[in-house]
Amino acid sequence: MISKEEVKHIAKLARLELKDSEVEKMQKDLSEILEYFDLLKKAPKMKESSLNFKDIQTITRIDEIKEKDSSMADKLVAQAPDKKDSSIKVKSIL
Amino acid sequence: MDLTSLTIKQAHEGLKNKDFTSVDLTKAYLDKIKKEDKDINAYLSVTEKLAIKQAEEADRRIASGNFTELTGIPCSIKDAIMVEGEKCTSASKILENYVAPYDATVIKRLKEVGAVILGKTNLDEFAMGGSGENSAFGVTKNPHDKTRVAGGSSSGPAAAVAADMACYSLGSDTGGSIRLPSSFCGVVGLKPTYGSVSRYGLIAFGSSLDQIGPIAKTVEDAKIVFKVLSGKDEMDATSVDYKFKDAKVDIKGLKIGVPKEYFVKGIDPEVEKIVRDAIKKAKDGGAEIVEISLPSVEFALACYYIIAPSEASANLARFDGIKYGLSEPAENLLDVYLKTKGQGFGDEVKRRIMIGTYTLSSGYYDAYYKKAQLVRQFIKEDFAKAFEKVDLIFTPVSPVPAIKIGENTDDPLAMYLMDIYTVSLNLAGLPGISIPVGKIGELPVGLQIIGNHFQENKILSVAEEMEKLVK
Repeated sequence: MISKEEVKHIAKLARLELKDSEVEKMQKDLSEILEYFDLLKKAPKMKESSLNFKDIQTITRIDEIKEKDSSMADKLVAQAPDKKDSSIKVKSIL
Repeated sequence: MDLTSLTIKQAHEGLKNKDFTSVDLTKAYLDKIKKEDKDINAYLSVTEKLAIKQAEEADRRIASGNFTELTGIPCSIKDAIMVEGEKCTSASKILENYVAPYDATVIKRLKEVGAVILGKTNLDEFAMGGSGENSAFGVTKNPHDKTRVAGGSSSGPAAAVAADMACYSLGSDTGGSIRLPSSFCGVVGLKPTYGSVSRYGLIAFGSSLDQIGPIAKTVEDAKIVFKVLSGKDEMDATSVDYKFKDAKVDIKGLKIGVPKEYFVKGIDPEVEKIVRDAIKKAKDGGAEIVEISLPSVEFALACYYIIAPSEASANLARFDGIKYGLSEPAENLLDVYLKTKGQGFGDEVKRRIMIGTYTLSSGYYDAYYKKAQLVRQFIKEDFAKAFEKVDLIFTPVSPVPAIKIGENTDDPLAMYLMDIYTVSLNLAGLPGISIPVGKIGELPVGLQIIGNHFQENKILSVAEEMEKLVK
């Protein structure tokens, strides 16, 4: 069973605000789910070298500037909840 | 003639022969949605203006003789796939008012052939769920029994096709999200090989697992749509240079593997009977049925529920209240993040973000995430070995038929167990289809046909044969 403190710590890492009632429910649900994951201990041991990703290729493209209509930029900025002119506003971090 | 009951193929013939126009067809669907969707809740938004405009354009194309099988045929799009200028909510409060700034590649391809988009259909929030009940905008009801779920996460796309409120739909499948609702609603759903369809413009859930695919009334229709969707796209580096080649595979002499691990404790006996009867019909049709063993299957669900939430926890970090979507006002930046996510995400999404954050966090990474990656490799190798012995694999899609609304909502683990037969394919990147093969009372039951990578042609050909054999 994971503790309430652990649940709160994970929520903090995930930048997720949880109400007290949610912390309690999450503690119960996560404990059950993590317990189910113990099943993997029974799985045959695989060598780490089996993860050689040999079937994965690196895909590259030419680094070039492609002209796009400026209306796309406007559309993207328009989605921001807080903006000034054509920029997205963010709260000061310092 | 009831226009909304036609298949793509039939509607195409009608358009070609000038029996009716695309505008007639589109209006018939829009009327049906207006009248009947309040009882089903398949649609989150109806894009009537766009649909009529596209139908008029399609009629012009048809008149000019320059058209294909999908020109003028109305469809629905899962609301996790972006259609430019239309809302795209992923059934989440956090994207309630989000308007897609561009088209997903699959939408671009549909538009190029003159498709008609009727609207955006319901899903579990961010495609996380097996029942459709995690939508922030209400559950989609099963057209065969409105006290039951349509299945998830592509609940709206499957229900819309089953209720004749779309000729076909696009869904997405991360752990069974096309196949499960197709099975519950009695329609055909194809989850393509990872990499065969571009994911560009699909709101990401688990990027190494997600795949877009068609939901349709017949196997032939699913094939028509898949042909248009598939192929390389420079906007998705994981998409593969792949050209669908039609194949005619004879069921006679075909080796069909039936893994014994799919018929163990937990499966509804009536589901088992219907699926076994379908397999028997393949045998009567001349196929060689081979009992096989896939020992990795036992571990697939646990593996999936580590990998998918891990990827989701990273993908969903972008919903921070700054760039788009909901933003909860607060004093400082951190509180904006905390409150926006706390208010904007539903219970299941929060649960998966928490699982994923936990399994990726320092101290637990090796025991969970890395272990799951190794098990994923085991699953891939297990299926690769099976396909050395057999041509295709037949299994059930789900251990149960459509569940009652509310049946599992308090028990996340019981809900996850409905995915036990579907998640392996996503982990191994394999294609699979769900086709209806029988009913328990009013409730449809699907058969899953699994093929090796990029063997959609083989799957579709045999599925078409099976469609006839189970009639």
